[in-house]
Amino acid sequence: MSENVIKVGMADLKHTLHPGTLITLGLGSCVGVALYDTKTKIIGLAHIMLPWSHQARNRFNKAKFADTGIKLLLDNMIESGAHRDSIVAKLAGGAQMFAYTAVSDVIRVGERNVEATKKVLADFNIPVIAEDTGGRHGRTIEFYSEDGRLMIKTIGYGITYI
Amino acid sequence: MDASFLNSFHLDILKEIGNIGAGNAATALANILDKKVDMKVPQIRIMGFSEVSEVLGGAETAVAGILLGIRGDISGYILFVLEETAAKVLVNILMGKNPEEEVAYNEITLSALKEVGNILTGSYLSALSTLTGLMIKPDVPDIAIDMAGAILSVPAIDFGKTTDTVLYIETEFIEGKNRVIGDFFLVPDTDSYMKLINTLGAIY
Repeated sequence: MSENVIKVGMADLKHTLHPGTLITLGLGSCVGVALYDTKTKIIGLAHIMLPWSHQARNRFNKAKFADTGIKLLLDNMIESGAHRDSIVAKLAGGAQMFAYTAVSDVIRVGERNVEATKKVLADFNIPVIAEDTGGRHGRTIEFYSEDGRLMIKTIGYGITYI
Repeated sequence: MDASFLNSFHLDILKEIGNIGAGNAATALANILDKKVDMKVPQIRIMGFSEVSEVLGGAETAVAGILLGIRGDISGYILFVLEETAAKVLVNILMGKNPEEEVAYNEITLSALKEVGNILTGSYLSALSTLTGLMIKPDVPDIAIDMAGAILSVPAIDFGKTTDTVLYIETEFIEGKNRVIGDFFLVPDTDSYMKLINTLGAIY
């Protein structure tokens, strides 16, 4: 039905009015934050790479971090007419692609991304109504404005909807 | 690693290291496969995050990533990534089978692949060590077979702490009709990165 399909890259964010579909390919340790306004059906998707902007030296790209990325996405959605009170969130990603233990930062970044994302969403009073996070596999996600469904595609773990 | 600190001298040296490393790797690969292996001159590439998904046939392409921790004078890790179709060819040649045959990934095939990655990255690291005089010890390898985007997010996230670009070396190995394109991502931690840059700078 909807021809309005928008791709969200790594460390990128996009939103769209209904009808529309937002997709992001190959999430690993990154987290896909999908925001849905149940009233207007405006959807937004952020492909978050790192937890906190203050921990990084280069903060130029706001979409890269959970704190600045979620805030920017919310601002953009609200500017387009979404209501803060009726926005809900779904999360996917935050996997640990390698078990390698000597690189402590690398192994926990997925987990830390999920933690930071939840903390930021809680601060904005946005409920996380579903998630498919963690594990050791990549995910491609498609987010539909029609009903706020999030499709999760994997290699070897099938397709699920949350 | 912040590629914006790198000038053309650094890139030339990294390219030379890549060259020697890939040369060593081709020799090592020829020894394992017991076949003649040629290589193309490796390409040093710096790309933005937005392009990461375009490497190796797109973000959803199945790839094999072999990650090797490094210790010694510099620490961090090196990641060798190749398309799953190429990994399949390598495993089949190693097992003495038809290169086109389907491969079941089990303990045996995965450890064979790990070993190939281990030897290739080891060759690269020993070139780096020889040229810089830095002591660099590889750690135990780890392997993952998954979407390119997901595997490449690992180095991208580490580069992402300081920059919006990723630096990597693309190498092409040729064995008869089979071509194997692999990308090396060298990801030193922040202190090691400065040490590496200073050492590379001192060569000139």
